[in-house]
Amino acid sequence: MAQAKAKAKPKSRAKAGAARHWTADIFDVLKRHNLKQVAYVPDTGQAPLIEACIRDNEIRAIPLTTEEEGIGVLAGAHLGGEEGALLLQSSGIGNCINMLGVPIECRMPLLMIVTMRGEWGEFNPWQLPMSQGTQAALEAVGVIVLRADSAERVGETVAAAAKMAFDAGRVVAVLIGQRVVGHKNWDR
Amino acid sequence: MAGRKAKAEELQRGAAVAAILKRRGDALVVTGIGNAVHDVAASGDVAENFYLSGIMGGAAMVGMGLALARPDRRVLVITGDGEMLAGIGSLATIGVEKVPNLAIVVIDNRAYAATGMQATHTARGVDLAGIAKASGFNHAVAVSDAAGLRAVVDDAYEKPGPYFAVLRVKSEGSPRVRVPADGTFTARRFRRALLGDEMNP
Repeated sequence: MAQAKAKAKPKSRAKAGAARHWTADIFDVLKRHNLKQVAYVPDTGQAPLIEACIRDNEIRAIPLTTEEEGIGVLAGAHLGGEEGALLLQSSGIGNCINMLGVPIECRMPLLMIVTMRGEWGEFNPWQLPMSQGTQAALEAVGVIVLRADSAERVGETVAAAAKMAFDAGRVVAVLIGQRVVGHKNWDR
Repeated sequence: MAGRKAKAEELQRGAAVAAILKRRGDALVVTGIGNAVHDVAASGDVAENFYLSGIMGGAAMVGMGLALARPDRRVLVITGDGEMLAGIGSLATIGVEKVPNLAIVVIDNRAYAATGMQATHTARGVDLAGIAKASGFNHAVAVSDAAGLRAVVDDAYEKPGPYFAVLRVKSEGSPRVRVPADGTFTARRFRRALLGDEMNP
């Protein structure tokens, strides 16, 4: 790569990034659907979204000790007339599988936003088994799975998933590819 | 087996739950899997009961989400010691959220009654009320006699939550009470009673 080009690139990319991050597109969808409870396990990729939820006065951002707690919280929220979303990494999907029987059996809406690890260029071999099985495990118990593998596609994919969750009353997961999250987060 | 022998002063589970529910007023009730379902349904299979009939470890979290959504109502989670142990991390999550209208009552028979009375960790010394207290619950007690139960009957509705009580009960099963097995039916019945016309999916 030409040196001049390499130098110019970070500047323009930083500018575009400052204008709009893919997590902002997700946040817009959460607000459009008037979500009130956002349960999460901390995640580098979704950190700006989690922070936006914490700052928002109408959203209760709920930190969990383990991901399946969020399935229960959001089932309870639905019983009480509120909706929400669960933010997690693909490694947390394994923790959720049995508890997903609650919203599936009860035909409750559930939106899960899942950032993938263990796929595109993963350096940590311990991450690979769960991530390679994430989509299959979700589909095996009846969760509808959508994927977004570029930052530009995240907003529309989450919007589509939210309609299927909250309008059609289904359990839907959006898998956000590791390419979207970016290597820089993982190389520290 | 390290299981404790039942002491004479221990409570009878069905009567203890009936005494608590007699005072429920407009409280919303979530039960854990197993005998807790029968204990609660024996006082009436009403619409504002939600039975988490099939999955271990989720009752406290369902109660928390419901309590956050409806701060105007008391939410009572009634579950067993085995079910509570399966979701033990949720006590930390509730302690962090400090949900004021949430009460959890654990019916502690120190055994997995549904699978043949094998000992749970509470039979071997694990102190659920101590864990709740250390997790940030406002009140956490363990009671094993009539005087203790009388306090729980009031406090479960009146103390600022999160409130936690362990009822040490005799090691015996509960009479079967038929409740709807269909989760979709139970959830929609609950929402219709609580939310009326506001319900969608």
